[in-house]
Order: sequence, then C-alpha cells, then structure tokens
Amino acid sequence: MKKSWWKILSFVLLIYTVVAGFLIKVPDLPIIHQSIRNLYFHVCMWFAMMILFIISFVYSILYLNTSRYINDIYARQFAAVGAFLGILGYSTGAIWANYTWLTDQNQSLGSVLKEPKLLGAAIALLIYGAYFVLRGSFTDIDKRARVSAVYNIFAFVMLFPSIWIIPRMVGSLHPGAPGSDTGNPALNAQKDLDAVMRMVFYPAVIGWTLLGVWIATLKIRIQLLQDKTLINE
Amino acid sequence: MFKRIYALLHKDVLLEFRQKHTFYGIVLYIASTVFVIYLSFPDKPDGATWNSLFWIIQLFICVNAVAKSFLQESKGRMLYFYSIASPAEFIISKIIYNVLLMVLMSSISLILFFFFLTNPVNNALQFTGIVILGGISISLVFTLMSAIAAKAQQNAALIAIMGFPIILPQLLMLMKLSKVAFAEVFRAGAVMQLSLLIVGLDVLVVAMAVVLFPYLWKD
Repeated sequence: MKKSWWKILSFVLLIYTVVAGFLIKVPDLPIIHQSIRNLYFHVCMWFAMMILFIISFVYSILYLNTSRYINDIYARQFAAVGAFLGILGYSTGAIWANYTWLTDQNQSLGSVLKEPKLLGAAIALLIYGAYFVLRGSFTDIDKRARVSAVYNIFAFVMLFPSIWIIPRMVGSLHPGAPGSDTGNPALNAQKDLDAVMRMVFYPAVIGWTLLGVWIATLKIRIQLLQDKTLINE
Repeated sequence: MFKRIYALLHKDVLLEFRQKHTFYGIVLYIASTVFVIYLSFPDKPDGATWNSLFWIIQLFICVNAVAKSFLQESKGRMLYFYSIASPAEFIISKIIYNVLLMVLMSSISLILFFFFLTNPVNNALQFTGIVILGGISISLVFTLMSAIAAKAQQNAALIAIMGFPIILPQLLMLMKLSKVAFAEVFRAGAVMQLSLLIVGLDVLVVAMAVVLFPYLWKD
C-alpha cells in the first residue's frame, strides 16, 4: 500500500481528467470549438511518450555502464510503452486534424498530415519500430542487450533535433509555429491555454505519465519473472 | 594515433583496389538505377521530381556502398584489429574511408543524373557542394548503422530499417537546401542556418560514433 500511492494518484487524476475534461467550460474558438477537449488526451500522450523514452534512454546508458541484464529489460519495456503511447498520440492527432484542418471535401487527410511536427512524431515511431526489429534479430541475450542499447542511445540523440529543433524553424498548421509567438514546438501551456484549461491539463499530463509508468512496471515484472533464471544478481 | 588511423585507412583503400569488383559493382548499381529512372520518364522530370529522385537514390547508394564496410571484416580479422588499434581509431578510419567512398559515388551519380536526366539545376557548382555535404552526412550515419547491423544476423535489410528514420530529418533538410540551387528564393540567412544545422548534426553523429563504438566492438 505504501508503494502504491502514485498508482492511486494516477487513477484519481485520470478520473478527474475524463470527468472535468468533458464537463468543464472551455473557450469556444473558431474551427476548433468543442474538439479542444482532445487536448487533455492528445498532448498528454506526447508528454508521456517523451518521458518514457527518456527513461528508456537512461536505462540504456545504465546498461552500457553496468552490463546488468535488468537494465536492458527496463529500457525495452519503457520504450515499448512509450511507442504505444506515441501511436495513441498520433491517432488522436489524426482524428483531431480530420475535423479541424480539413477545410473542403477534396482535401485528403494524407495531404494535410505532411507537417514538420507530425514528421518528427512519425520518425520517432519508425525509430522505435526499428529498435524492436533489431532486438528481434538477435539470439544471444548479451549481444542483443548491448547492441540495442547502443542503437537506442544513438537514435534518441538523433531524434532530438527532429522533434525539438526543426519544428521551430518551419511554418505549420500545428500550434506553435514560428510567427505565432509561442516559441515551443507544439504547445506553450503558459501562453496558449486559459486558466481553466490549465487546471485540467497539468493533472492530465501527470496522470497519463503515471499510467504509462505503471503499465511499464507491470510489463517489467512479468519479464523479470520470465527471465528469473537469467538474472543472478 | 594518426599513424594508426592512416594505416587502417590505407589498408581499406588498398583492399578496394585489390577487390575492384565491389567498387565497380556499386558504380554499375548507380548507372543501372539512373538508367531505369531515365527510361521510366517519357519526358525529362521537372526540377522538384529530379531533386527528390536524386536524394532517394543517394540513400540507396549509401546503403549499398557503406554496408560492406563492416560486413567484409571476418571475425578473426576483427580480433586482430582489436589487438592493434583502439576502437576510436578504428571507427574514425572507417568513417573517413566511407566518407571518401560516398563523396566519390555521389559525384558519379550526379554526373550520370546530369547526363541522362538533363540538368535542371541553375547553380551547378552550389548543387555540387550540397551533394558533397549530403554524401558526407548520409555516409556518417550509415557507417554506425552498418557497425550495429554487422552484429545482427540479417544485416543488409537491417541497415535500411534502422538508418532511414534516423537520416530522414537530415535528408529533408538537404532536399530543402538543394532547392537553393534550383533558384528558389530563401529568407536571408536561412541557407547558412540550414547548412550549419546539417554540419552540426554531422559533428554530433561523429561524436556519438566515437563514444558508442567501443561498446559494439568488444565481444
């Protein structure tokens, strides 16, 4: 019970997110209208994904430093949950774009989705897809752990410019383009959101991230039990 | 250190001259690819198509040219290198060799593109410079990818799977940068900013390669 306070917190925050997110009054902006409520889900997915990828990255570094198999399990499972959240983030974004960015009937979603910001997200998903393919191609456990840790570190560092630098340089439909004075690749909560929305948004980010970590820890525990014989600390 | 890098580089170049079939194999690969593109266009492609085709071809050339750099080293030979050189020296020599090879291949493909698909470029000299920069960037990333893939089983396919998403941002920047040679007007300073960003990424890749390669190297 002592250890599970953050799980309860995550549960409470997500209940709050869903209830308040759908019921609280939101500013009625042109085009977006009520779909602005998607913010509590779509943006939070990316926050949670990025945090989980950072955790995975740190465990990969730890693995290379210590060569403890346990760190490899952590890195893998955090990356897996992160990639899953990334897919959710991408699909919630696609649904959102379908109702806000498509102006006339002739435009296809595919033509609208060629956005520098979406590109970074797609690259992230492809990179982690490659990470799992790479993992799958090894039979030797130590070799797999070491080589995939190297790839994870390299890919994460290369991912950085495509998510954090390039989107700042080019125009886009997505919020946070240069010219709009936000200065953040996707969204600047301080300036773009009104006070009421922020009251739901911040707890939502924390709640979703905790849920991601929770799922990852469960997967790690399963993996640790499966590989019990391999781990002799 | 420089002496050993030079010795390793010398060995790679010498090997290339002894086994000319791999070198000519890649040249033939470029020639036949460009020829296929030439035949598949009834008219000559317009500037934008030309540009994107050119860069995609660069990507595939690089996969083919750089892939063998680690695959050709047998296990016994790797062990020998391990005993005579440090991992940093080894990877730097490989990087230099691959950069040289890729710049050469890029130039050959540029000439073939000009020959078969006409020349839509306004400023050929500038475009050549961008091609060389691009060749360097692509070969740097794929050198490390090839080092990683050499450790796995089905390596040739893995290089493409792992490398393409990582090279994508740089490739898009290169495509955008090369529009400058197609007489597209850029915002003042944007060309310099873009080139510096690509060079910065190259430096980052080299640094990462030197830091990470020692972990790949020991078996």
